[in-house]
Amino acid sequence: MAMSEHTAKAFDTDLQDLARLVAEMGGLAEKAISDSVTALADRDAKLAQQVVTADAAIDILQREIEEKAILTIARRQPMAVDLREIVGALRVSNDLERIGDLAKNIGKRVVALGGDFRAPTVLRGVESMAELVLSALKNVLDAYARRDVTQAMEVWKGDEEIDAVNNSLFRELLTYMMEDPRNITFCTHLLFCSKNIERMGDHATNIAETVYYMVEGFPPAGERPKGDTTALTAVPFPG
Amino acid sequence: MSVANLTVPTVSHAVSAGDLVDKITIQNLDFFYGDNRALKNINISLYQGKVTAFIGPSGCGKSTLLRILNRMYDLYPHQRATGTVRLDNENILSSSQDVNLLRAKVGMVFQKPTPFPMTIYENIAFGIRLYERLPQSELDARVENALQRAALWNEVKDKLGASGLSLSGGQQQRLCIARTVAVRPEVILFDEPCSALDPISTAKIEELIDELKDDYTIAIVTHNMQQAARVSDFTAFMYLGELVEFGDTTKIFTTPNDKRTQDYITGRFG
Repeated sequence: MAMSEHTAKAFDTDLQDLARLVAEMGGLAEKAISDSVTALADRDAKLAQQVVTADAAIDILQREIEEKAILTIARRQPMAVDLREIVGALRVSNDLERIGDLAKNIGKRVVALGGDFRAPTVLRGVESMAELVLSALKNVLDAYARRDVTQAMEVWKGDEEIDAVNNSLFRELLTYMMEDPRNITFCTHLLFCSKNIERMGDHATNIAETVYYMVEGFPPAGERPKGDTTALTAVPFPG
Repeated sequence: MSVANLTVPTVSHAVSAGDLVDKITIQNLDFFYGDNRALKNINISLYQGKVTAFIGPSGCGKSTLLRILNRMYDLYPHQRATGTVRLDNENILSSSQDVNLLRAKVGMVFQKPTPFPMTIYENIAFGIRLYERLPQSELDARVENALQRAALWNEVKDKLGASGLSLSGGQQQRLCIARTVAVRPEVILFDEPCSALDPISTAKIEELIDELKDDYTIAIVTHNMQQAARVSDFTAFMYLGELVEFGDTTKIFTTPNDKRTQDYITGRFG
């Protein structure tokens, strides 16, 4: 970002510290996603347990960012782009914290499943969805670091693809459950795991919107393209 | 600098007709201290019932602009303004303008409180007597009303005979505002009214500005960015004698159009 320095250099340091903490948190969130899905695919309860434990570090970083942001607002009375930068760090850290929680939840489910693993082909679907989400998160964190609106908007639009994979997984898992009731426990856990991953993708698009807001000063126009149809029922909603 | 490369100020608000009424309209205004051109082709409107803040680094011309609005510069030789400044469609720069009448319509409050060395009561009554001859009871009522409007009445009602100079800095500044309000102006100019005051007195003055704006058109020059953001409806950013950007205060302090405005309000230069 081509931005000249503040007359008060300590203000620049404050903002840089915030951005650095967010980047650090982003790295941890990426690792949580990748580890949780690896644990799921490899049926690795030990790794799954590590994901659950490691979430505490993400939470601590979020609190640190929040404190730092509030202190900076109180001390510097930021205006315009500086204010958006701080609000942006707060929002992004919230999304990353949620991503951490979702990964932790996958870890818990892997532990809960124990040896009850079936239908490895479905797992590949979950893995490929996780890859999409991971790349979305990488790209959007990169866009955040470089204040790159174009890259952020690519992530924003790309979420539709993740939704589509989630839909097909949903149908596939339903089929397995109908085929054999003994699949239900496993498939239900997997259903939640895939929904978790889909939610992570939503948080990545939230971050994309925040990057846009930080740079432009207003949220992106228009409705985000959405592809998740699993909540659409055959019965119309009342009203 | 030639006229050709002067900045055209960005007007970043949509002025919808009917919403805003021009009280003061400034067009092609230039101002000179001798040969020094301190203001360069200023075009701006102050809207009826709105607070307009002027911000910018020292020497940018914002106080100069304020001083033109009640012809304060007339007091000094070698200072002149060209262009037009219309108050309700009357060009106040024209030589036929009655300057005393203008100053009754356009009151001014300065950086340092300037109470007269007389009683609190007389500080207010003095100005009224210059323009009107009122029976004592009416004069008393006008003094009380002015002190009420300046949120000072409760603090001084039992000591109206005390010297204006015996008041605290914040009270003195409110006394000056009462004195300005007493002659029933239409426009009030504030030239850094809080820079010598503590935070509580500052808050009181800001609250006062908020209350006064329904009845007056207000212009305020301030170095305190947060103050401009708090009290004004519109903000004008000036730099090196030019009006760089003028618009809705919310817009100026969140998403200014001009990079110089952004750099200034975020503390990157100035």
